[in-house]
Amino acid sequence: MAIIEFVGVNKWFDKLHVLRDVDLSIERGEVVVVIGPSGSGKSTLIRCVNRLETVQDGQVIVDGQHVEDPRTDIRRVRQEVGMVFQQFNLYPHKTVMQNITMAPIRVKKMPRAEAEKRAHELLERVGIGEKHDAYPGQLSGGQQQRVAIARALAMSPKILLFDEPTSALDPEMIKEVLDVMKDLAHTGITMVVVTHEMGFAREVANRVIFMDAGRIIEVGSPEHFFQAPEQDRTKLFLSKIL
Amino acid sequence: MRWSVLTDNLDILLQGLLVTLQVSVLAWLLAVAIGVVVALLRVTRSRAARFLGTAYVEFVRNVPLLVLIFFLFFALPDIGITLSGFWAGVIGLGVYTGAFIGEVLRSGILGVPRGQLEAALSSGLTYLQAMRLVILPQAIRTTIPPLGNQTINLIKNSSLTAAVSVFDILGTANLIGSRTFAFTPVYIGAAMLYLVLTIPAAIGVNAVERRLRIGYR
Ligand SMILES: Nc1ncnc2c1ncn2[C@@H]1O[C@H](COP(=O)(O)OP(=O)(O)O)[C@@H](O)[C@H]1O
Ligand SMILES: [Mg+2]
Repeated sequence: MAIIEFVGVNKWFDKLHVLRDVDLSIERGEVVVVIGPSGSGKSTLIRCVNRLETVQDGQVIVDGQHVEDPRTDIRRVRQEVGMVFQQFNLYPHKTVMQNITMAPIRVKKMPRAEAEKRAHELLERVGIGEKHDAYPGQLSGGQQQRVAIARALAMSPKILLFDEPTSALDPEMIKEVLDVMKDLAHTGITMVVVTHEMGFAREVANRVIFMDAGRIIEVGSPEHFFQAPEQDRTKLFLSKIL
Repeated sequence: MRWSVLTDNLDILLQGLLVTLQVSVLAWLLAVAIGVVVALLRVTRSRAARFLGTAYVEFVRNVPLLVLIFFLFFALPDIGITLSGFWAGVIGLGVYTGAFIGEVLRSGILGVPRGQLEAALSSGLTYLQAMRLVILPQAIRTTIPPLGNQTINLIKNSSLTAAVSVFDILGTANLIGSRTFAFTPVYIGAAMLYLVLTIPAAIGVNAVERRLRIGYR
């Protein structure tokens, strides 16, 4: 069964129709890359998965739970869905360690010692084991984003959402973040990644989704997009970013 | 001029200083508690909550503090609540300053980037946890200077409690003045005693602000 399912989803910001009849089904363990021009609704799409945005029409079903239903306890869904933002959004007044352990301790009631042990493991995994006592402001952008990934992983989510995770980074730091994401892609976690890093898509994505003006225009394998995109809008967009 | 009135009455003047300090500390705690609640009411999505918060702020800010204190002291006995001058002063000052602190905190909260709340909520924290652990600590950092100003205003405004027979600094000065007619030394002395409280408060605010900045961007 699909772990994320959009069924006939429509969303408006006031009069602006930002998601139009979106149907989408993402399988457990899939890595899906979402591409499309700025303003096409990519961020809004993934933010509907953990109800940072609400939908006005249709269904969003995440691991069997109806996110669009106001009676659904959204915090249960959010514990299974980690999110990584373009601007990192690390807590600037907390150390790296405190950033990572906050949710496990406060939400999962994990004992502090256990949460810190796990945080150390995660920091090793993202390649910044020694930085646990630093504040975010003392780290480079690439390091901050890797901490943000570790923070998202600390809740042991089934799904990770990435909203342009490398767009705010200097070019020399993009690779270190993509490398961490590539490693994650092989662990069986479900990933939905808004990015224009087509090298990443080619290497690890199972599927690529192209959005334009709130609609999913084309879905296919990375090879499909590189070799034979069908829609004119897709071709035009790819010709600009490749 | 008989400056000796100050040394002759040093014990009751210091007692007055202590009362001013007590009124100020208690009123400050109340004001911060009210301020946090008012600020949270004013930034939530609920229209009713925002209305309540706004109504409180607009009402309290636009009424003279002395009227609030007189109301608590003279009018509440009509409904069976009798407050001493001390407590009427503490509550009046707290209620009044709470509205200003609420406004200061509200702008601090609105100044925290939206992504902070989104990160906190998406990790599974409740709205109140997100506020307490992530948003308010950052909001308070940016609001330390205006909070300091409110604190100093509160200390100065606490002199109004003298009008409901509290022997704080001003109340004590009034007493000594009416007995000795040595008004010049008495009120200069009173001003000095207020400075003894407000100048360290200002220095303290600066120190706190500097300390909180360390390790932070
Ligand atoms: N909170 C909001 N209020 C109003 N309009 C918004 C809001 N967020 C996004 N939009 C608009 O919705 C459209 C889709 O935005 P978004 O999902 O961020 O696109 P993308 O991530 O593909 O650039 C854009 O036109 C954007 O301006
Ligand atoms: Mg976006």
